[in-house]
Amino acid sequence: MKRIGVFVCHCGINIAETVDVKRVAEEAMQMEGVTYAQDYIYMCSEPGQALVREKIKEENLDAIIIAACSPTLHESTFRAAAEEAGLNPWQCEIANIREQCSWVHTDREKATRKAINIVGTIVQKTRLNESLEPIPVSITKKALVIGGGIAGIQAALDIADSGYKVILVEKESSIGGHMAQLSETFPTLDCSQCILTPKMVAAGKHPNIELLTYSEIEEVSGYVGNFNVRIRRKAPFVDWSKCNGCGLCMEKCPAKVSSVFDRELTTHGAIYVPFPQAVPNKPVIVKDSCIYFKTGKCRLCEKVCEIGAINFEQEDQFIEEEVGAIITATGFETLPVADLAEYGAGDVPDVIDGLAFERLLSASGPTVGEVRRPSDGMVPKEIVFVQCAGSRDPERYKPYCSKICCMYTTKHALLYKHRVHDGQSYIFYIDIRTGGKGYEEFYHNAEEEEGIIYLRGKVAKIFRDGDKTVVWGTDTLTGRNIEIAADLVVLATAVIPKDSTAELVKKLRIHTGPNGFLSEAHPKLRPVESINSGFFIAGAAQGPRDIPETVAQASAAACKVISLFSRDHLEQDPAIAWVDEDLCGGCRICISVCPYDAREYDEEKGIVIVNEALCEGCGSCVAACACGATQQRNLSDSQIKSMVTASLRGE
Amino acid sequence: MSENMGLAPPKSPPILLTREVVNAGFKQQVNELSGQHMDACYQCGNCSSGCPLAQEMDILPNRIIRLVQLGQRDDIINSETIWICASCFQCTVRCPRGIDIQAVMDALRQIALDEGIDHFGPDQISPELAASVPQPGLVGVYRKLAT
Repeated sequence: MKRIGVFVCHCGINIAETVDVKRVAEEAMQMEGVTYAQDYIYMCSEPGQALVREKIKEENLDAIIIAACSPTLHESTFRAAAEEAGLNPWQCEIANIREQCSWVHTDREKATRKAINIVGTIVQKTRLNESLEPIPVSITKKALVIGGGIAGIQAALDIADSGYKVILVEKESSIGGHMAQLSETFPTLDCSQCILTPKMVAAGKHPNIELLTYSEIEEVSGYVGNFNVRIRRKAPFVDWSKCNGCGLCMEKCPAKVSSVFDRELTTHGAIYVPFPQAVPNKPVIVKDSCIYFKTGKCRLCEKVCEIGAINFEQEDQFIEEEVGAIITATGFETLPVADLAEYGAGDVPDVIDGLAFERLLSASGPTVGEVRRPSDGMVPKEIVFVQCAGSRDPERYKPYCSKICCMYTTKHALLYKHRVHDGQSYIFYIDIRTGGKGYEEFYHNAEEEEGIIYLRGKVAKIFRDGDKTVVWGTDTLTGRNIEIAADLVVLATAVIPKDSTAELVKKLRIHTGPNGFLSEAHPKLRPVESINSGFFIAGAAQGPRDIPETVAQASAAACKVISLFSRDHLEQDPAIAWVDEDLCGGCRICISVCPYDAREYDEEKGIVIVNEALCEGCGSCVAACACGATQQRNLSDSQIKSMVTASLRGE
Repeated sequence: MSENMGLAPPKSPPILLTREVVNAGFKQQVNELSGQHMDACYQCGNCSSGCPLAQEMDILPNRIIRLVQLGQRDDIINSETIWICASCFQCTVRCPRGIDIQAVMDALRQIALDEGIDHFGPDQISPELAASVPQPGLVGVYRKLAT
């Protein structure tokens, strides 16, 4: 017979206020198999853990039960303590009498009886617990980073600098992401390109980074430490190993394609690089826009290319890679102006979004940094900025705050003032949110020194009147409505996840929240990990964030990967499913219910086996198995039956 | 029965903002006369919440500053607020942006006086009323005459 010790925690008053912890300990002593029971004010404290360790030895205990908070909080703490005292960690169980008892009840008598019942149930489970050993899993010490914006670049550089190999996959032909589009960055007004391009070049040249641009993830299988990834390298129709980036092909191409990079304020040819500082600086041909691909005639680029780098026959290539960890850093988009009906639905030419205004401000942009409006190239003298265009509007658009707009709109108004001295800018806002180092000071300076008029209220309507763009808004601070006949209107459109994120997460089997952004394992304590082992997240794909926060998070995700790679092997929890081969009939119902692809049919034996590295121990297959062949370690049918019996006997 | 029955409610026409209105000189005039910087105000409302005479005013002090920021001269110089202000300095010592609001009120009264807008003087106070008016109020009235 096992000798079981029960340790009842007060958790200060969290448990003791509602549950009579002394009575729980007394009652536990009466249970079959329990040879020692004790209560203590904070069991997780060092003296509390010392008590547990001491009593394991003194009382010669074979197993212990900690009646305390949820196992997600302190199971590992007490299992480590048990191991230190010479017990197998799987002989330590948690009876949750806080989240599932004291916190949700008010009647002390009933709560105490329920706590006793919970402890009694866990005693039954513990009596039949086996001692287990963790399952070792090997690690491929190579990381995959998806997305080549500032988040992906930073994460890749940090991992590569620590000596591990990284594959950096980017959908576009160049890395750089949205940061490459920005003019200057708040609150220091650093030139965005100037601080970004050295990092782009470093990522492009790093011996540990394999840069795969113009590439997309096709398929991901495997598990933490051992992922198999299939990557599609889209055909650029240019032999990049030959191309020297002279740019002659781009000059001669007669096709006209709206520039995505310049927010459609300019055009480029069907063969193009998105911007001059691109890494790699190699062009691609847009098949849908190429005159040769459409009509069978032209091939002008081929004629002018002296080194014969153009190759219309090129096809997409597929490569297979093995990696141990995956960072998803796929970034963001902004809500299309066309979605905002009351702001002209994209039909008013002088209503643009913030990214388009960045391009107008940028020295490498379509106007070489002069602020000129799209309709007629006039320098606007009255300019209106509209914040929360689609944000903080749960009824019609997005419920959340897009976080970066307060700061970038203030920056826009300030940079506008620096370029158009006699111009007047107005900012409509709901609240000004400037949480960040130097942010509030930046905003005050703009308000006080630059003569920017901040108007507190939402804009109701924007429409064209002659060559003016009329804005109807309100100023709740005067209680009066405001009308401005503006020359240009800039909308701070809501930050939204990239369209392609939804498809990618399905391939990766990671999760997104209600607004489509990537979900973290814990909002406070595990902010850069996905709930699925081996997957990490960084940047605005997780939610709206600015550059400092993105870079910090990318380095944090890289750190998590480096920490993973620093181990010789991983340890998998052995309390997972196993199969009695004599009982399994090979019906395969378990395969259909397994959310982790951990069940595989073994043709030779005619049974379904468990991939121990993939199994998370959720129990779905155990419940589904019709013949009882699949069992969960330390949660066997007989354990569950005795737990149910004990639970029913209690009331 | 109100004698206003049947009349349309007071109207709130929209403010038509242009760079001329914003920069017409009214804000600059107030800045110069008061030595203060109107654009420094971020409309926290501390001046109004601490003002001992706020309940008597037609436009609260923070909104006076707001109207200066938007160049709304007429609303201000015709308001009662600038005369009701007792110049007690409460707002001035409390302003988190360091604006001497009392000095702004002085400046606004001066602009109104230059326009010939009538105001309230100590000679108009009956001895009975003077006995019940708080001392800072009377001090304020003399101060207003001095501006």
